Amino acid sequence: MAKHQLQPDNWVDQYADYLFNYAVSRVSDAEIAKDLVQETFFAGLNSAKNFKGDAAERTWLVSILKRKVIDHYRKINSKKGKAEVRINYSSDSDAEGDWLEQQVADPFSKDGDNILENKELGLAIQDCITKLPQKQALVFKLKTIQGMSTEDVCNELDINPSNLWVMIHRARTALMGCLNENWF
Amino acid sequence: MKISCKEASSICDKSQYKEASWWDIFKLRFHLFYCKTCQLYSKKNSELTSLCDKAGLTMLSDEDKKKMKRDLKEKR
Repeated sequence: MAKHQLQPDNWVDQYADYLFNYAVSRVSDAEIAKDLVQETFFAGLNSAKNFKGDAAERTWLVSILKRKVIDHYRKINSKKGKAEVRINYSSDSDAEGDWLEQQVADPFSKDGDNILENKELGLAIQDCITKLPQKQALVFKLKTIQGMSTEDVCNELDINPSNLWVMIHRARTALMGCLNENWF
Repeated sequence: MKISCKEASSICDKSQYKEASWWDIFKLRFHLFYCKTCQLYSKKNSELTSLCDKAGLTMLSDEDKKKMKRDLKEKR
């Protein structure tokens, strides 16, 4: 099997959105996520010589990002006392006089499941998007995620509307197939 | 009134982005009435739309990416 190779020039176009989604789902803050992605790319460049070619480029970058996420949590918890859990009778004055029991999570709530599932779904979709040809992926993302108008996308990428719809059609068909295999 | 499957799928794609006219949608509905293949495509297509909505996808802006590329170039 051919060894995987690193192509740092394509990193931003190919993986930035995937890594960004991954980071957002773990730190829940877009600004921090952006910095983590940037740091991941830098760290990737610095240790490119250690890349043995066993894993795909993206897998390798994700593994760096995982470390960055852990480091991030270590850093924000490193100040003494931050990691300690404090329970006050009530933190907001509105709830004063309510029972502590009422503040714990509802054991019958399905919210947690849904949030978790949606995060995984997001990554599954991003994963499928990275398998598309680059231009198709870009058109799909601009239309679907950013919700740009057809006219704006056409102007930006210098294509005509029928080109755009053909690309959207191909992208959607490919994504349906990919999600069928990897999600349902 | 009658449209081909190709037209039907194109209207279906546009309607996922709310860019199909009501007349187009009417023609699509009529087509779906008798065409099983397009029914399936239409169903899958709306599923994909709702999955994308549900997943809360985000992406970096063009500016952010340009900045990242610049910064990466400098580091090399």
